[in-house]
Amino acid sequence: LFRPTVKRLFSTSHSSVDSKEMKKFQLLAHKWWDEEGEYSALHSMNDIRVPFIRDTLLNMSSNYHLGKPLSGVKILDVGCGGGLLSEPLGRLGASVTGIDPLEDNIRTADRHKSFDPVLAKRIQYKSSSLEEIVEESMETFDVIVASEVVEHVADLEMFIKCCSQVLKPEGSLFITTINKTQLSYVLGIVIAEKIIGIVPEGTHEWEKFVPPEELERLLESNGFSVKTLNGMLYNPLSGSWSWMESTSVNYAMHAVKSGAQGQSSPTDTLSETESEQPSATAGTTM
Amino acid sequence: TSAAMAAVCGRGLLAPLSGRLRAGPRAPLRSVTGAAAPLYDVVVSGGGMVGSAMAAVLGHDIHFYDKKIALLEAGPRKEYSRMPDSYSNRVSSISPGSATLLSSFGAWDHVCSLRLKPFRRMQVWDACSEAMIVFEKDDLDDMGYIVENDVVMSALTKQLDAVGDRVEVFYGSRAVGYTWPLPSHSCDTSPWVQIELADGRRLQTKLLIGADGHNSVVRKEAKIKNVEHRYDQSAVVATLHLSEATDNNVAWQRFLPTGPIALLPLSDTVSSLVWSTSHEHASELLAMDEESFVDSINSAFWSNVNHSDFIDTAGAVFRSAISLLKPSGTAVRQLPPSIAKVDPESRAMFPLGMGHATEYVQHRVALIGDAAHRVHPLAGQGVNLGFGDIACLAHHLSAAAFNGSDLGSLKHLLKFETERQRHNVSLIAAIDVLKRLYSTRLAPLVLLRTWGLQATNALPPVKVRI
Repeated sequence: LFRPTVKRLFSTSHSSVDSKEMKKFQLLAHKWWDEEGEYSALHSMNDIRVPFIRDTLLNMSSNYHLGKPLSGVKILDVGCGGGLLSEPLGRLGASVTGIDPLEDNIRTADRHKSFDPVLAKRIQYKSSSLEEIVEESMETFDVIVASEVVEHVADLEMFIKCCSQVLKPEGSLFITTINKTQLSYVLGIVIAEKIIGIVPEGTHEWEKFVPPEELERLLESNGFSVKTLNGMLYNPLSGSWSWMESTSVNYAMHAVKSGAQGQSSPTDTLSETESEQPSATAGTTM
Repeated sequence: TSAAMAAVCGRGLLAPLSGRLRAGPRAPLRSVTGAAAPLYDVVVSGGGMVGSAMAAVLGHDIHFYDKKIALLEAGPRKEYSRMPDSYSNRVSSISPGSATLLSSFGAWDHVCSLRLKPFRRMQVWDACSEAMIVFEKDDLDDMGYIVENDVVMSALTKQLDAVGDRVEVFYGSRAVGYTWPLPSHSCDTSPWVQIELADGRRLQTKLLIGADGHNSVVRKEAKIKNVEHRYDQSAVVATLHLSEATDNNVAWQRFLPTGPIALLPLSDTVSSLVWSTSHEHASELLAMDEESFVDSINSAFWSNVNHSDFIDTAGAVFRSAISLLKPSGTAVRQLPPSIAKVDPESRAMFPLGMGHATEYVQHRVALIGDAAHRVHPLAGQGVNLGFGDIACLAHHLSAAAFNGSDLGSLKHLLKFETERQRHNVSLIAAIDVLKRLYSTRLAPLVLLRTWGLQATNALPPVKVRI
């Protein structure tokens, strides 16, 4: 539901990462691994986002390593926080690089993985923003996961451009985030923050929420082809997530960077759960 | 037993997890000097039938291909290439479901190539009346299998060898101490369970599975409360030779006032005895000479001394009533084969009791088999409940491994607990009730169980459920 890291990407006219936001999340930097604490919803989100990433990647590749389905895959976890998503991906065999601008988060993540020698080898954490690693990581990664991040990013188009730069051609980008609708305001902010209090107040700004059509438009115009769009729903009573057809609250998206020629293939077969192809007339639906 | 029932139901559905995260002595703050103890993904403590099968199932699971599993067994390695001529006196009734589990990782083939006895019918009847119930499958399939425990162990050992690169078995190794981790959000100490062996070696594990029997050390050290009750009964086991060879594909059980006596087929000429009776009578049976012992058994199955006219008449009346409503609902009572002699040295006895752990799981700990639940042998369910635990736990652990989850996480362990407690509690309570109901000569209770048994025998839906 929320990600306690705020990224403001470097550019000549923008300021650096907001220190006020950073301080707010500093207090929670040690709470990442309490499965029943403030981050419980993110812990349980693993139950749907890890299989989603895993199965999408397995469907696209023909290699299968018994016991390590993601063996050989290089993944960048942007806004990794305490490593909640990096660790399961590491356990499945991937080589994971987790980046987060907040040093305390990286410290927590490093300490948590250090007790497991297998994970310690497969995962590397770095305190950094996305654009800081672009130069040294051009076309390095097979997969980027940006889960519960884009709703905190100041310049989304810049973020997507950086993703494209560090991603190999035909590489995958997985995003989970919150839609900008009346329903997401009621559920995500009024109820989640103010009434039930499962999200600390002030974590999210509705203005920053990203509708899937907007995200798709930005992706498609920056060399990505959107393959899958699924709605997600959190049940606070059971503490569990499930897939949902409607994307009006939370959603997950999978996009693929176009091949070396720089054109997305027009004859891509799309899965059932995909949204309509973005075009000039899209945007008024939903 | 209603208070016991309430206790065995454990925690409610909405109980917070936090209560489970602190168990027993805490892992001390330690700085890692020198080599750390080897870290396993799963350690199974207890290498009996249930513990060994658990380790073997995980070892054969595709999602555990790169995981490290250890099995700790205090005793020596047990393997037979062929069985000795005489039969062992410790046998188990393996249900078809358990056979399916064992064949899922190749152990059942080994059992079949050693020896086993399928049975097609089960006759259960009362010493105090004519009431009787007969179980048999319509399609004449096997209802179950009587297998010596040594045969099962040998099959399991072979299949553990087959996955030796993933499962490390420590024979002659007894765990003497466990140290539990603090809840996961405290980052300074080791998050793993520490195990100390009798010879001083140490292991660490992400998940500890306690399969160490009804006096489970894992359960005690984890401070999990156990509802237990010692029956004032012991079971006498022996290997018996029949007077004449027969198909011997029926399992017989008669409820005497002192306890049930059961004859389980092992071959055409040999059967295994399980006689649950008072401690004094059990000692007498062990002490008497072989001829008297054989006479006692035959008399227990054949004599009608406990019948009373009142009960017989009442039973007969009920039976005619049933036959009016359901003509096929009454069956003729068959007599079990008579016993000619007992294998010398095969007589043994052990005390009986019931037990149920209030929790099956805690952070990084799970209990299976008798460590979690102990029942009276009258229903032949003991090891089958354990195999059912294995199937359920392995299913959840396999899914967790495929999701990249931390194997010791309470989230999926609780799913295992809920599923198994739901299944086990009613069965365990029913067995306990049956044991008490059949331990009396009092007319009203005898009448109740007589009619109950006759009615159950006549009603196919109820019988099928059993």
